[in-house]
Amino acid sequence: MLFYKLYKDEQGRKVGFLQGNEACLEAALIAGLKFFAGYPITPSSEIAAVAAEKLPMYGGRFIQMEDELSSMAAIVGASMTGKKTMTATSGPGFSLKQENLGYACLNEVPCVIVNVQRGGPSTGLPTQVSQGDVMQAKWGSHGDHPIIALSPSSVQEVVELTIQAFNFAEQYRNPVVLLMDETVAHMREKIVFPLAEETEIINRHHSEVDPQKYKPFDTSFGDIPPFENFGSEYRYFITGLIHDEYGYPTTKPLEVKNLLDRIHRKINDHTQQLSLFEQYQTEDAETLIISYGSPVRSCLGAMEAGRKKGMKIGVLQLKTIWPFNPEIFTKLPSKIKNIYVVELNMGQLILEIERVIKRKVNIQGINKYDGLFISDQEILKYLEQQQGKKS
Amino acid sequence: MKNFYEIRLSGSGGQGLITMGMIMGEAAALFDHKYVVQTQSYGPEARGGACKAELIISNSRVNNPKPITVDILLTLSQPAYDKYIPDVKPGGIVIIDSSLVKYKKGKGVYPLPITTFAEKDIGLKVTANVVALGIICSLTKVVSYNALERALLNRIPPGTENINKKALSFGKSLKFKDNI
Amino acid sequence: MMQDIIHQYLRPSKKFPHVWCPGCGDGIVLSAIVRAIHSLGKSKNETVLVSGIGCSSRAPVYVDFPALHGTHGRALAFATGIKMANPELTVVVITGDGDGLAIGGNHFIHACRRNIDITAVVFNNSIYGMTGGQYSPTMKVNDYGATAPYGNIERPFDVCDLASAAGANFVARATAYHAIMLEKFIKMGIAKKGLSIIDVITPCPTLYSFYNKAGKNIDMMESIRDRTITIQKAEQLSDAEKEDKIVVGIFANRDFPEYTGIYSDLMERAKRSVKDEELL
Repeated sequence: MLFYKLYKDEQGRKVGFLQGNEACLEAALIAGLKFFAGYPITPSSEIAAVAAEKLPMYGGRFIQMEDELSSMAAIVGASMTGKKTMTATSGPGFSLKQENLGYACLNEVPCVIVNVQRGGPSTGLPTQVSQGDVMQAKWGSHGDHPIIALSPSSVQEVVELTIQAFNFAEQYRNPVVLLMDETVAHMREKIVFPLAEETEIINRHHSEVDPQKYKPFDTSFGDIPPFENFGSEYRYFITGLIHDEYGYPTTKPLEVKNLLDRIHRKINDHTQQLSLFEQYQTEDAETLIISYGSPVRSCLGAMEAGRKKGMKIGVLQLKTIWPFNPEIFTKLPSKIKNIYVVELNMGQLILEIERVIKRKVNIQGINKYDGLFISDQEILKYLEQQQGKKS
Repeated sequence: MKNFYEIRLSGSGGQGLITMGMIMGEAAALFDHKYVVQTQSYGPEARGGACKAELIISNSRVNNPKPITVDILLTLSQPAYDKYIPDVKPGGIVIIDSSLVKYKKGKGVYPLPITTFAEKDIGLKVTANVVALGIICSLTKVVSYNALERALLNRIPPGTENINKKALSFGKSLKFKDNI
Repeated sequence: MMQDIIHQYLRPSKKFPHVWCPGCGDGIVLSAIVRAIHSLGKSKNETVLVSGIGCSSRAPVYVDFPALHGTHGRALAFATGIKMANPELTVVVITGDGDGLAIGGNHFIHACRRNIDITAVVFNNSIYGMTGGQYSPTMKVNDYGATAPYGNIERPFDVCDLASAAGANFVARATAYHAIMLEKFIKMGIAKKGLSIIDVITPCPTLYSFYNKAGKNIDMMESIRDRTITIQKAEQLSDAEKEDKIVVGIFANRDFPEYTGIYSDLMERAKRSVKDEELL
């Protein structure tokens, strides 16, 4: 049963008052989602429920699998037939997805994995917010593997970044993790869906080579090999073993190294294209608050309130978490003396930020991990205390 | 009317509070063109105990999505009243279902036998949430009646339009004053 | 003649040798799969092989079909995604007793329950070969393995009983010795709408034999031959008499509705419920 209704505005755009989870699936349909496999888990369940109702209306298919492992396997299998695919889960389920997420990374299978983060570790806090899976999104599956992860702070951004997630997955032949959090997943806001002509939809590129000569991991096309569907005249083999350009298992050191280098290079060399971020009032800022996901909202609140009190605060919002883009941080305005990284975890992305900022600047984490959302007042109070200490 | 309202609708699971929150939110966001964020209780909390739906309705972008203190509190149960009454801002409005809740009198406190109204005057106990919506609308003007009615009619099961309209307009037409 | 067929199906780009030990039964089973697909006239392009991890799961690399060599135990889960996303494809799963019944046991019963149109061939040698001869969920009590040095104390699954109880439309057992029967059952399984499980008793003359002193391939093949009885024959024997026997035949052949077909009907219903958004 759907708990929302969509309207059209005068320009013909769909509008509605939707939860982040509901908006995520609606946006996925715009991006071209055709297959969803999932397993029930709070706080992501609404995504699957909307998928079950809406996908078959528009020629797509939904399946509730027996567990998280199999739902990840199913979307990888389905993607091999050329369909755009997605699954949605939360922390405990995301742990289980890691097995076949690694498989998808190695075989360069486009797919989107939504992780609505809740408090952890283990079963943790099923209905409460967290951002504890930031590092897991990057390092959760064993072995070096490339990953793209995006994190929205509002329901409208859920729409924007869900479409972007599918586009990146298709363009770079790589799984994309949409790192939502319980707050953004469950809050309702007005959203406006873009018209078809306002939305760029990217589909995976196919080769035009003779099927007899096709190699699924051909490097002669650059770092992103063209993709061909299972069921087409291109017949090939894929495996979770390290493979050569044909997809056949190999242990030859040079082939192993070349493959790992290439799948990382195809993401890392496009860090600038993949890096989405917003800067708010950073031009004259002396204090910079860095955040991602729903806490960005409170950072903006703290910035507005702080500026009224004469504090020169700016906000940097990272929409792309992985690949991590060091250039944003090396090019920060020189007036910035204090950097606060707001995260709903014990300090994860701050480790990357500290790693890349070379100049002398005070970097501190503002961390909340008690299951509650961080408010603008809490952030501002912390900033004022710090300022008090210094003066 | 103020530019910024933080609202908490509270009671027990099953009283229709979350539906109320969604209707109010949709009305204010889509039809009154306000900035609105709506959140609610989840899991075991939503099925029993003190359950709540929260809204922030503003003329400018809403940052913090979850109210800590509120301008308007509706309570339809004793546990909800006990839990949330300390969060009302000075000068805030408290609407209480006096048929279900023992309360403390005060400025801005509006006790009304909402569930009794729904049972006796509307003839259907489960419309108490809709009666409450009408009351909030007329008392606070935080959302317009037309917007509310439109959002309500879009959410309810077909065939229940008349009784819901009746409940909403009944709530709106009630005369009340705060109980000091 | 049989070789001619097989040669048509070897991957032109793949260099041999294969990974299997001399005397392994897996090649015989793969050959039966290929002949079954061939005799049904299925196109190579539209027949997808999916496997998990283990000795048997290496089979799809050698034959010229689109193929996914997945993760351990998940072959049926990958296959479910492939079949759901494109129900026109013929999907054949190659799995082992460890892959399919232990780590993949949950997927096994749920694929049977959904009765999705996939044919799964279980290469059942009752041992983990790739990892060094550990006991599997189909190993008999008191057999030996690397992790059963005092004899196996766990009761085995009967793959056919399990699949039948879980709801698969077609369930049969053959052996690597009975290659013609095996081919016939695989063919029937692929032709059947719904989930088909073909349990194939196949010898591991390397590790199983090492731990159980079962002799060379020829000894194991003769043992399989001598222990094999039909379902009809098994019905006349007591449990004690059946103890060491391999019961071959068709255990289930029925027509419960198939999953992707039911889903297509659901899609038709869903399409009719599409409503236009109203103007705000």
